[in-house]
Amino acid sequence: MTKQVQQLDRVIIRFAGDSGDGMQLTGDRFTQETAAFGNDLSTFPNFPAEIRAPAGTLPGVSSFQLHFADHDILTPGDAPNVLVAMNPAALKANVGDLPRGADLIVNTDEFTKRNLAKVGYAASPVDDDSLAEFRVHALPLTSMTVGALTGYDISKKDAERAKNMFALGLLSWLYHRPTEGTLAFLERKFARKPEIMKANIAAFQAGWSYGETTEAFSVQFEIKPAEHEAGLYRNITGNVALSYGLVAAGAQSGLPVYLGSYPITPASDILHELSKHKRFGVRTFQAEDEIAAVGAALGASFGGSLGVTTTSGPGLALKAETIGLAVATELPLVVIDVQRAGPSTGLPTKTEQADLLQAMHGRNGEAPVPVIAPRSPSDCFDAALDAARIAVKYRTPVILLSDGYLANGSEPWKLPAVEDLPVIEPAFAPAHQEDFQPFARDAETLARPWAVPGTPGLEHRIGGLEKADGSGNISYDAANHEKMVRLRQAKVDGIAGDIAPLDVDDPSGAAKVLVLGWGGTFGAISAAVRRVRKSGQPIAQAHLRHLNPFPANLEQVLRSYDKVVVPEINLGQLALLLRGRFLIDVISYNRVRGLPFKAEELAGVIQDVIDSE
Amino acid sequence: MSDVNGHSPLTLVPKAEGKQTLKDFKTDQEVRWCPGCGDYAILAAVQSFLPELGLRRENITFVSGIGCSSRFPYYMNTYGFHSIHGRAPAIATGLATSRPDLSVWVVTGDGDALSIGGNHLIHALRRNVNLKILLFNNRIYGLTKGQYSPTSEAGKITKSTPMGSLDAPFNPVSLALGAEGTFVARTIDSDRKHLQSVLRAAAQHRGTALVEIYQNCNIFNDGAFDPLKDPDVRDDVTVRLEHGQPIVFGAEGQKALRRTATGAFEVVDTATVDASQIAVHDARDPDPSQAFALSRLDSPTFEHTPIGIFRDVDRPSYDELMREQVEAAVDRDGPGDLGALLGSGDTWRID
Repeated sequence: MTKQVQQLDRVIIRFAGDSGDGMQLTGDRFTQETAAFGNDLSTFPNFPAEIRAPAGTLPGVSSFQLHFADHDILTPGDAPNVLVAMNPAALKANVGDLPRGADLIVNTDEFTKRNLAKVGYAASPVDDDSLAEFRVHALPLTSMTVGALTGYDISKKDAERAKNMFALGLLSWLYHRPTEGTLAFLERKFARKPEIMKANIAAFQAGWSYGETTEAFSVQFEIKPAEHEAGLYRNITGNVALSYGLVAAGAQSGLPVYLGSYPITPASDILHELSKHKRFGVRTFQAEDEIAAVGAALGASFGGSLGVTTTSGPGLALKAETIGLAVATELPLVVIDVQRAGPSTGLPTKTEQADLLQAMHGRNGEAPVPVIAPRSPSDCFDAALDAARIAVKYRTPVILLSDGYLANGSEPWKLPAVEDLPVIEPAFAPAHQEDFQPFARDAETLARPWAVPGTPGLEHRIGGLEKADGSGNISYDAANHEKMVRLRQAKVDGIAGDIAPLDVDDPSGAAKVLVLGWGGTFGAISAAVRRVRKSGQPIAQAHLRHLNPFPANLEQVLRSYDKVVVPEINLGQLALLLRGRFLIDVISYNRVRGLPFKAEELAGVIQDVIDSE
Repeated sequence: MSDVNGHSPLTLVPKAEGKQTLKDFKTDQEVRWCPGCGDYAILAAVQSFLPELGLRRENITFVSGIGCSSRFPYYMNTYGFHSIHGRAPAIATGLATSRPDLSVWVVTGDGDALSIGGNHLIHALRRNVNLKILLFNNRIYGLTKGQYSPTSEAGKITKSTPMGSLDAPFNPVSLALGAEGTFVARTIDSDRKHLQSVLRAAAQHRGTALVEIYQNCNIFNDGAFDPLKDPDVRDDVTVRLEHGQPIVFGAEGQKALRRTATGAFEVVDTATVDASQIAVHDARDPDPSQAFALSRLDSPTFEHTPIGIFRDVDRPSYDELMREQVEAAVDRDGPGDLGALLGSGDTWRID
């Protein structure tokens, strides 16, 4: 039958199901198809900490949200236009986010009495009028999949498991997605299990054909490719971008990358990714604990590698003493904290920005550490390179604050040309120096020499005891200690002259209110700012990449506006730093729900501040 | 195993050109251990032993944790890293696994290695990282002024245990063997010849070598090892282990060890047993059981304390294996190409 084709400028789809239903994979495949088609996109995987929570329960619900459009977009979207709910739990956990009129595709095979009871539905909501405000497509996805797979030599269980591919096929048809990538993916993934591969491909194609032939869907949608700058693109998650940034830092510095890491959610994927790139000379060491992980990284840095450690908040706490040692010994070290909701174990798979003060101050003594934060998944690449540059140039540990949202979220990334990447100069101390001074300083950077073992004539000892300025001998001298504390601080403060000034986006020049964010909230804040501007209100926006030191022009920027709003996914940590540093009483907006901000919510906050002017 | 099969870890370490002497390894730093401390003897023994290896001084690194013994690197004219409490094996692991051209030594104490750093020690041992760990065991906390340590005998009266300590102590040799350390030895600060013979074997060992050194703290635990040092009794209580030799001890060789049916060792009179019943020390036995049984001969009263090399077996070191994986990846796929990596996976071009 001929279907009507409707043009849309953007769509937000959420796939939701049980942890074992393959929703992350389904979302990821749909994303790849969408990226290949040329839409702009942004994704938000949201899953429980439990690997397989009891089937069919609310804690076991895993979801993947994808926002794609024919124009550039900044967030995974506030509310889905389409929800695919593979079971009652997935429906119950997500239906509250659906706006009136949204499309709702439910797998009725799973809406059994038992599954309904598990999540407290007395009767199936599909059968009564409780979903009346949505366009409900009640489909027996499991049995249609099993039906399509009769004749394949696979178990019933394996046939049922292919239902996610059926759903993917259907959605791919509904939104005109190219399918070659998914077919090639399934061939690769199940290369060793040909029957399973054939069955999954058949399920995918059956879903597509079902869309084409059924009367349940009378409309097919088209979202034209977005306008992008010319270039080669790929879709990338924050953790992969960060890993590539570290590999690039090794290549651009000529230093072998040495990663010491202990598995922790949501940072482990960086360890997994880097372990694949040994041919770049990357060494990955899965240590016995977080402390050993950073210790090995620092030991490798002492030996002339680019020492890196990756972790999340609880691990950063354990690494604190060693980071202090890196401050005292003034060795390069890149510390990556993919933040998650705390305190303690907190919500391991949910995002938060609440490690800023830990990164700034979580060490004994005066132990300043540069802190930088990427703003989007692909920006993790540049941030990692920047962290390595600062660490090597200034002989200092650098903390990079990513977060769970950036780590797992993805967006299209225009590949940089390798020849345009910054070159990092290790500048090792040359051999055979008379009266070598391991704590002499470069006049401009205040960095000390990086004299690695194996360099003749520079034998010296470093350590955590206070060192005499210049000679590096142990010194208990009071005046020397004061001098060294101030020198280490001045070295880090001086980096402000080596980073870009804060860029303010204030197109009308008439704004009285500035929104200032940092890290992973960039997309949501920018989307909110667009909304406010669309309504005719001027508003200025700036986003901090460098949290320590702050860009040199930050105070002047803050003082240029009547009011400064600082949205953060914590209880006001950047706001505290700004107030303490500049005595400027910024307006703090804080939410800690384990989720990114919504653009609509922030637009409302900004509007309220403008209205109160 | 020591320098067999061409697996000495030192083959990749550059050799010194001229002859070295003890003086080459002394620094200009004032040594600040208490007068009479056993650490002086160990320092002198190490400084006079190193020229024998003939390695370039700049390719030797000493890494330490925190405690009296951990000041050691400051007195060695090599590269040195005095780190934080308990973490020296972890830091040294990063150094050794990234720099095969270095000879990396860890200096630690009973508190540093067995209390706060216990985890790192056992994991270094099981991985067999190319580290030579010198564990100065004085059975007391010195730098914090006299609390009991994890090797202090139970019931020890110290500042923090006025009614006696409650903890059962670790036997460092048993612990290291339990972690399947490939080289485990014990020696004494006062016996330079023996100490250096153990260092010699340790330096050539492929992987982690753990050397427990009984070290006297004359301030907080003086005389802890006196039975092993007193000329009148030491030969009767010290069981000197030599690979391939019958285990006989006593001033006149009048005592020997015999393996019992349970696998433990018992002390017998050499004269009353057939020579065939006297145990022969086999440090190369892949099964650590015999070495472990030997380590259990220790007693708080030093009735018979084995010293020497308990175990010395050959197994690839972690650093070799790590290096081989990097080399294999390059051999298989060629050296990394950054542009190709960034553009890997599904890409699309916009014109």
